[in-house]
Amino acid sequence: MTALLEVSDLAVVFHTKRGPVHAVDGLGFSVERGEVLGIVGESGSGKSVTLRAITRLLHGAEVTGRVNWQGEDVLAMDTERLRRMRGGQIGMVFQEPMAALNPVLSIGLQITETLIAHTQLDAAGRRARALELLDLVGIAAGRTRLAQFPHEFSGGMRQRAMIAIALAANPALLLADEPTTALDVTIQDQILRLLRGLVDDLGMALVLVTHDLGVIAETCDRVAVMYAGRLCETGAVAPVFAAPRHAYTKALLGAMPGQGQDALVAIPGMAPRLDAPALGCAFAPRCAFRLPVCDTTRPALREFGPAQSSACHAAEALAS
Amino acid sequence: MNRGSWLLGRLAQIVPTFLMIGIAVFVLARLLPGDQVSAMLGERATDETIARLQAELGLDRSIFEQLLNFLVAAAQGEFGTSMSLRLPVMQVIAERLPVTLALMSIAMVLALAIALPLAFVAALNANRWPDMLIRTVFQIGLSSPVFYIGLLLLTVFAAGLRWFPVGGYGDDWGEHLYHLFLPGLTLSFSFAAVVMRNLRAGILAVLTAEYVDFARAKGLAAGVVLGRHVLRNALIATVTLVGLHVGALLGGAVITETVFAVPGVGRLMIDSILARDYPVIQALTLVLAVLVSLAFLLTDLVQMWLDPRVGR
Repeated sequence: MTALLEVSDLAVVFHTKRGPVHAVDGLGFSVERGEVLGIVGESGSGKSVTLRAITRLLHGAEVTGRVNWQGEDVLAMDTERLRRMRGGQIGMVFQEPMAALNPVLSIGLQITETLIAHTQLDAAGRRARALELLDLVGIAAGRTRLAQFPHEFSGGMRQRAMIAIALAANPALLLADEPTTALDVTIQDQILRLLRGLVDDLGMALVLVTHDLGVIAETCDRVAVMYAGRLCETGAVAPVFAAPRHAYTKALLGAMPGQGQDALVAIPGMAPRLDAPALGCAFAPRCAFRLPVCDTTRPALREFGPAQSSACHAAEALAS
Repeated sequence: MNRGSWLLGRLAQIVPTFLMIGIAVFVLARLLPGDQVSAMLGERATDETIARLQAELGLDRSIFEQLLNFLVAAAQGEFGTSMSLRLPVMQVIAERLPVTLALMSIAMVLALAIALPLAFVAALNANRWPDMLIRTVFQIGLSSPVFYIGLLLLTVFAAGLRWFPVGGYGDDWGEHLYHLFLPGLTLSFSFAAVVMRNLRAGILAVLTAEYVDFARAKGLAAGVVLGRHVLRNALIATVTLVGLHVGALLGGAVITETVFAVPGVGRLMIDSILARDYPVIQALTLVLAVLVSLAFLLTDLVQMWLDPRVGR
């Protein structure tokens, strides 16, 4: 059976006045039905760009490679097919609910316009479904809430409303781009539980982009670690967290609070420049396990066990 | 604060606004060089007749009494008699005002009909040739004086091609529309240019907004994204500009009516100034100022309708 979503050799290049910027470079991963994949990396690693490349929402970028949605080539879809996929089969949740919700339209309209675009429901049916959705994402007093505008919602409620909109047409996959970054910690936890619960109840798949490994550990089945637009390591969350096979993953885990260690270990150096892609491994300049080969040869993705693969020349050295 | 009380508050603002306009017009009339009585009676009037007329016009009372009388009369639409036309001022204005309002409406409709689609074309092709072309043409429209555009249109379409009349107003609504088309077009040019530039910038700013990407991510059709999510938000800023521009449009109407011999209040204003017909000038200033403040009120109401955040 084909995967729900299969991305291979994905590359995104922004052509700027100062030359090409390689935001995503040779990325590949797949998402199975009903699973939660976390994509983690620091700012500028290409996580959000990847999500927008999948739904072709990037402005002025050159996107190459293959994005297969249930076996169908997304990059070759015509406008109408693409429109039906967006929102209808793949729902999206953005990082900043205040910016992503239209400030001048009521929440009710913003939900129902999605239903108009993807369902045959009549006005009464749409209203009933909208109320059902608000209930599903934990927004009480739905009748009042439908008539209200985004500025009348709190941050957490806005994110719930955006999730309700994304779920409106029963998509098979939800792409969530840092859905909790703009929220305070207690609300973050509520939203993550909500998303996980929705996946379990609705049988939907979820791709969760985050820079927070804690979010991955708590919410995801599998993880993909990105650095400088490239895939470092991917696999089931447990083995990757227990025995990382990429020096960057190991460094990220070392920099994560709450793992019982005495001090956090910061990763030295700066995120790499994307206008001049590294010949070898992009992480090499900051890497504690750097080998001579890291500077000259780009590491290929190798399998380590049934549910883990990594693109690191020093993978073997990390195990000891 | 809820929207109902915001609305009431906004409506209540009209009262002091109108009062201020009334006082300003009264003071301005007193500041004009020369006085009304000598303008009416000429240079050879005797002191006796001057005193009698002053008493008749109430000019012998205190300045505050005069102001009060003026305001009370103005509130009742009583502005005296036109000195040059020998008709009640209100009657003269009532005949001419609809012509100017029709001219301005036509200019506004034409301006929006021109600016709206072109703003979209320009914004969606930002910095490519359609955008460059549209902006260049409007730049010329914006920088050309109204009377020049008017004469140009007159020469080509009225005198040359004879598609439109050279001037006048006609007798029924169809003829009015026909007669006012060229002057309306003339008047609409600079207005269309301002709206187009503003709306283009507004659309460009909104096009990259997250909520527009989110609307696309929801799978909405391109027309819905542009109409509901882009245009509506871009219009909020433009509506304010349109309202503020009503005053400038009135100024343009004065010139346009003169060029096209349209019998509106703009023409009346020029004629009255040349004839030193103070009652008419005073009443017209008041009426036009009131009109502009009503236009501002309308702008605020449209704004409130477009943007739910207004008044909360």
